Amino acid sequence: MKILVALKQVPDTETKIKVAAGGTSLDPADVKWITSPYDEYALEEGLRLKEAKGAEVTTVSVGEEKAKDVLRNSLALGADNAVLLKSTETGDPLAVAKILAAYAEGKGFDLVLFGNKGFGSDNGAVGAMVAELLGISQANLVTKLEVSESTFRAEREGDGGTEVVEGTLPAVITAQRGLNEPRYASLKGIMAAKKKTIEEVDGAAVTAAMAVSALTLPPARPEGRKLDGDAATQAQTLLGLLRDEAKVL
Amino acid sequence: MILVFCELKDGKIRKASLEALSEARKLSGEAPVAALFVGASCAGSSDAAAFGADAIIKVEGPALGAYSSDLFAAVIADAVKAKGATALLGAATPLGKDVLPRVAAKLDAGYAAEVTSLALVGGKLQAIRPVYAGKAFATVDFTSGIQVASTRPNVFSATECPKAGAVETLPVPAVDFKAIVKEILAKGGGKQDLTEADVIVAGGRGLKEGANFKLLEDLADAIGGVVGASRAAVDAGWGIPHSMQVGQTGKVVSPTLYIACGISGAIQHVAGMSGSKVIVAINKDPEAPIFKLANYGIVGDLFEVLPELTKAAKALSLAK
Ligand SMILES: Cc1cc2nc3c(=O)[nH]c(=O)nc-3n(C[C@H](O)[C@H](O)[C@H](O)COP(=O)(O)OP(=O)(O)OC[C@H]3O[C@@H](n4cnc5c(N)ncnc54)[C@H](O)[C@@H]3O)c2cc1C
Repeated sequence: MKILVALKQVPDTETKIKVAAGGTSLDPADVKWITSPYDEYALEEGLRLKEAKGAEVTTVSVGEEKAKDVLRNSLALGADNAVLLKSTETGDPLAVAKILAAYAEGKGFDLVLFGNKGFGSDNGAVGAMVAELLGISQANLVTKLEVSESTFRAEREGDGGTEVVEGTLPAVITAQRGLNEPRYASLKGIMAAKKKTIEEVDGAAVTAAMAVSALTLPPARPEGRKLDGDAATQAQTLLGLLRDEAKVL
Repeated sequence: MILVFCELKDGKIRKASLEALSEARKLSGEAPVAALFVGASCAGSSDAAAFGADAIIKVEGPALGAYSSDLFAAVIADAVKAKGATALLGAATPLGKDVLPRVAAKLDAGYAAEVTSLALVGGKLQAIRPVYAGKAFATVDFTSGIQVASTRPNVFSATECPKAGAVETLPVPAVDFKAIVKEILAKGGGKQDLTEADVIVAGGRGLKEGANFKLLEDLADAIGGVVGASRAAVDAGWGIPHSMQVGQTGKVVSPTLYIACGISGAIQHVAGMSGSKVIVAINKDPEAPIFKLANYGIVGDLFEVLPELTKAAKALSLAK
């Protein structure tokens, strides 16, 4: 089995967002970069399939030079190969999907694994787009995955319940928290990864379908009001305010 | 024209779909708006006329009884092409978020997820959407011929604006689908999904144990809400499923009222709920960061405050 895992480098979830000069992007100063947490579940699932069934796991990232950290880490965790598809950030999920699909096309991957969304851009779109561009099946937000020779069965977070999706391979699966518990890299793995090479390829030239024209911070919420009195009084006051002042009940 | 992919639930158009439809009506001015329904039965779709649909397009058939991402994507993309629509909207529901990106790729269209504001600029959509889980907002300008966006529930208003709602049907394309929903396990008891809920009562580590979530359920029942949780509560092994988690690694919610009980207000939790219209915090620590966000704060013991709130709410019969 051949498995492709797409990884995205994103700002750490603790990051305080500052807007860069120009007003359209994140100020990268002081940002700590990590692998998008959902992608860690995707990689872990790929590695578990490799251990259980024997598979070749290739990781791929669309990004700039610094994204090699994420790929290096994936090698330390047990990926067989890692590929950087060099490209600059466009803020367009379709452009990223096209670059990934152009790379994956014709390489015979049985599974293409993603996190269900990349932290930051929060589109949750690239996996499904790649599935469409490659003309293969998809299951998003997957919390349990079983694969056989030519089919898969996935449990996904659907509308107010768990949906069981069955389909044929090849397939795109996007991982949700709960799918597995990602491992940590061992010292041995980290040392071995240092010696491996990360393949670098220019990402396919694509035209963006959209562009970010402004990045702004949400307005600060007005100073709130603390309610006095004992529990019963506080409860009464609160319901009164919610009903008559905020008008939300 | 703008085409709006609408979903039916229990024979009624979902509120989140009506919001998308209303927004399309608002954006379109005099230009036509069509509402698209896809399923084994589209009974209930006629209500779309009241919310601004000039046309109601139905794609109906037994093959559409269960959700297949690739088949539904083909149906929706075909409808966009058949109607010559330049923009496609749908609600950011679990199904909408699953299918719309796939449709966008099929149409070589840009896609903006969970938008909170829309405009037409020079005939093309411009969207504002939360990024970094709501810590910032991006304005995105589409350049593609067709533009696709999913609208975040509870942000746009569903406003009546009666139009003709002329019914048309389109055939089910003969697509050999590759994946389909076979069964639905553990139905959430008919409870609303958190992302669509109007009122959320959420609990954190301060609840001390899973059984105490009953206090939240009682209040939620009394005011017509659903229960959510912080990650600490989900991870504590109290039997609270991850589907109830609010935050950066859980659900991003946008209710009109969010009541945070025994939740400190960590940055990753706030990321998931800061888009709420009105926030109430109940916490015994006056310095808890959640108070910085809260419109109304109660410094106190939730084990005393919650039962009082439920009692008072019941007395007022607030459940809708
Ligand atoms: C990568 C990453 C992703 C994360 N994603 C999420 C996420 O999606 N969602 C999320 O919620 N967290 C997330 N977290 C975790 C987050 O950092 C916090 O640890 C978590 O939100 C804390 O939950 P809490 O507020 O319930 O618990 P605590 O921080 O322990 O707060 C408990 C609060 O309860 C109050 N309290 C205790 N007893 C009472 C009482 N009797 N009456 C009233 N108040 C009381 C305390 O004063 C305290 O403020 C993430 C963390 C990381 C690193």
